[in-house]
Amino acid sequence: MSQPVLSVRDLIVEIPTRHGLLKPVDGVSYDISPGEILGVVGESGAGKSMTGNAVIGLLDRPARIASGGIYLNGERIDNLSLAQLRRYRGKQIGMVFQDPLTSLNPLLPIGDQLTETIQEHLGVSGGEAHNRAVAALDEVGIPAAKERIGSYPHEFSGGMRQRVVIALALCAEPSLLIADEPTTALDVSVQAQITSLLKRLCRERGMAVMLVTHDMGVIAETADRVAVMYAGKLAELGPVREVITSPRHPYTDGLMGSTPLASKGKRRLHQIPGNMPRLGQLPDGCAFHPRCPYTQDRCKADPGPRLKTCDGRAACWFPLDGAQAAKGVA
Amino acid sequence: MGIIVSVKNLTRVFDVSKPWLNRVIERLPKRKLTAVSDVSFEITENTVYALVGESGSGKSTIGKMIVGLLPPSDGTVEIEGVNLATETDAGVIERVRSDIQMIFQDPYASLNPRWKVGDIIEEPAVANGDATDGLAEKLLEQVGLSASDVRKFPHEFSGGQRQRICVARALASEPKLIVCDEPTSALDVSVQAQVLNLMSDLKDEFGLTYLFISHDLTVIQHMADRIGVLYLGRLVEEASPADLFETPQHPYTQMLLEAAPRMDGFGREVTPPEGEIPDPINPPTGCAFHPRCPLAIDRCATERPVLEQKEKARVACFRAGERAI
Amino acid sequence: MSDAAHEPSRLAKMLDSDFAYKFRTSPVAMVSTAVTLLLVLAAIFAPLIAPLDPFNPASLNLMNGFTPPSTPNQFTGESFLLGTDDQGRDVYSTILYGMRISLFVGFAAVAFAMVLGISLGLIAGYVGGWTETIIMRIADVQLTFPSILVAMLITGVAKGFTPVEYRDSMAIIVLIVAIGLSDWVQFARVVRGSTLVEKNKEYVQAARLIGRSPFTIMLKHILPNVLSPVLVIATISLALAIIAEATLSFLGVGAPPTQPSLGTLIRIGQGYLYSGEWWILFFPAVTLLALALAVNLLGDWLRDALNPKLR
Repeated sequence: MSQPVLSVRDLIVEIPTRHGLLKPVDGVSYDISPGEILGVVGESGAGKSMTGNAVIGLLDRPARIASGGIYLNGERIDNLSLAQLRRYRGKQIGMVFQDPLTSLNPLLPIGDQLTETIQEHLGVSGGEAHNRAVAALDEVGIPAAKERIGSYPHEFSGGMRQRVVIALALCAEPSLLIADEPTTALDVSVQAQITSLLKRLCRERGMAVMLVTHDMGVIAETADRVAVMYAGKLAELGPVREVITSPRHPYTDGLMGSTPLASKGKRRLHQIPGNMPRLGQLPDGCAFHPRCPYTQDRCKADPGPRLKTCDGRAACWFPLDGAQAAKGVA
Repeated sequence: MGIIVSVKNLTRVFDVSKPWLNRVIERLPKRKLTAVSDVSFEITENTVYALVGESGSGKSTIGKMIVGLLPPSDGTVEIEGVNLATETDAGVIERVRSDIQMIFQDPYASLNPRWKVGDIIEEPAVANGDATDGLAEKLLEQVGLSASDVRKFPHEFSGGQRQRICVARALASEPKLIVCDEPTSALDVSVQAQVLNLMSDLKDEFGLTYLFISHDLTVIQHMADRIGVLYLGRLVEEASPADLFETPQHPYTQMLLEAAPRMDGFGREVTPPEGEIPDPINPPTGCAFHPRCPLAIDRCATERPVLEQKEKARVACFRAGERAI
Repeated sequence: MSDAAHEPSRLAKMLDSDFAYKFRTSPVAMVSTAVTLLLVLAAIFAPLIAPLDPFNPASLNLMNGFTPPSTPNQFTGESFLLGTDDQGRDVYSTILYGMRISLFVGFAAVAFAMVLGISLGLIAGYVGGWTETIIMRIADVQLTFPSILVAMLITGVAKGFTPVEYRDSMAIIVLIVAIGLSDWVQFARVVRGSTLVEKNKEYVQAARLIGRSPFTIMLKHILPNVLSPVLVIATISLALAIIAEATLSFLGVGAPPTQPSLGTLIRIGQGYLYSGEWWILFFPAVTLLALALAVNLLGDWLRDALNPKLR
């Protein structure tokens, strides 16, 4: 197998507060290979966006990377200075966020923003940059790219704006794209356009994509592998089909089961009891054990299981096999 | 079972013109946005009627007109046979009004942050002049929270718990109809499951009727007894969930179902739908969907199809029932 | 399923809140609160603290005039902590009594401006339409005049209408109304702005839905949610009102000589500044400065502490 584009190793992000140290990301490790889409799912507060922000060095103070390593194409980037990191961002890592307006300067025509980025990162002439900008808009499916290159962000619809952001993220030809809830603010029909665009670009360019979302359907259709996060830790990591059809972590099982899609034809949805614990009030042992239907003594006592210490796919001392899955029970 | 809500030719036009001084100086005409246009449907007692549509489809505007937060520009809303907009008998208005409640999308904005949970829940009963002794405690337990939560403030609860508080409040005036405007779209999947289950249970227990407004087809499919699909302010198709999801008649419904992500759609290559929703200020002529419709014929651009009974569904399309995909 | 027995008390919760924490960790907030409290308490308990009653002619001795601070008077041998003024009044006592007038006028004027501004702001924001246009245009027009001019105008007009024998007793009330009327605009603008935001929130729609009257919605739902910016403005306004009162009194259109405020004391003192009797001006001026600065710093800190964007 080729070298992974992104390697995250035992990443821990800390937020010091006056009530103690919070760990929104706690010991997360994963790789993304070229041409692969890794879906990161989890509920709000699970730490999925924080993982992405740590990779691009966009953690809001006082959050900080406490330990672990982030490697981009084999080079360590978590200990770089802000100035060095800025070179990586944009050049090697593209970013797409939920709200396209936050990534675009409302006062500049989109063409200027594109050519500026291309010139800065690729060092080509102005005319060449302009041509590449038109090509980039064309590639993301903006109709009449040549004419629309002088338009301002507000002149585009939400879906078109997100395409412009993707063009902007990709124009410097990065090897990694981090997309944080890129379709959450969009309508179903436009969402399908954007995810199919992402898939196509990833395949054509051999780019690695980290797709952060809460939408299980989007993950199923788009991602190759999926990482399920719970309370800052990886609960399960594996090929998307296997994780969704035969989850091994009871949390994944509950999560998949509680989507209306999975309970087709049933009067009640499967539900996970209780709420996700707040970061400051995590239980001892496995963070999921108070809500888990299969809890045993070891789950309460032994410090949180990790993928490595368990079976490599689910961070659970007693991973489920297919027959146990609760989805059929409801 | 009787009809609890009857909506006839409901229309709502918003004036989105610039202030008159700008209009005079810049010589701009008045601009009108037709958010809802000629929508008619009925809701049977103790069922869930769902309105589904993308942004700009007018689904929330319909909800607001039904509960009386917005007056219709044209057409009527009758609840239990009473049109609140024209009814003059204060007693009747009072009675019908207390039969309607609403649950909103954002559980963070729909609870007054300065009020205690107990007061929030009891407010509808207080407004009716009903007794409130122990009411909030009872309702809190009914929605799965603790009676001692009455003294807490909304910020002490998570999103899902807040939505439960909203449900408890909606129940306080013992309503018959609850309009739910995207009640779970701000919630996480596992919390959504809890809230949807709670709503189903309460419907059975109290014989409630829901008007369920959502853009999420999977939630609609799970909850609804009857579904109305809206596009650009018009009802394009109405059918039971089984019929709608098995044999969608309108090309827009077909497109919507095809585009929705599926849990079993691993690596599915969808042909993404063409185009985006048009500007509601200048909607296309004829059928509003024709510029994006794979089945469009010349007639679609000039003539607007009316909603007609077609097998078990009501559809507004000249080529209803044909499949493009 | 929280256990009521383990619920922390309200006081404990308050002391543990972010707000209390920010207060405890901010020296500026602590010091300015301490200074404000000290001065306010001193003013309230002036009759108990002050060694002499400067308004009681019986306790005055003209021979004590112009005694320098903490130096025995050359005629009577009496000594005064901060010296005496031209009429032999103890400066320390006059400051304590003067502060009472200043603070009373300040608080009353801000309260008046608040009530007026909040009501008009709420109505303008919630009702909208022509009502809003009229209220806010009046506010805009008033903003184009310096507030001290507005206050002077009002005092002048009021003086013209009051019979001479009531002028002194009415002076304080006129002062309060004048400062309050020149200050309501910023309350109205802020409250209107917040009301426009709040009235579109779903909790207000939920209240409208069940048929609550506009009055109930404004008073019970919107008002509690627009108060935190009002608190900030009120604090800063208090400092400004104290200064405005001092300015008016200094100009001779404010507090009458029979009820001297800090501003009146400064006016009296400035006549003697160049003849060597500096203390008559200096100590009231320093007190005014300390009071206005402490209240202002407190207001600034409140604004930062209550601003969710800076959290």
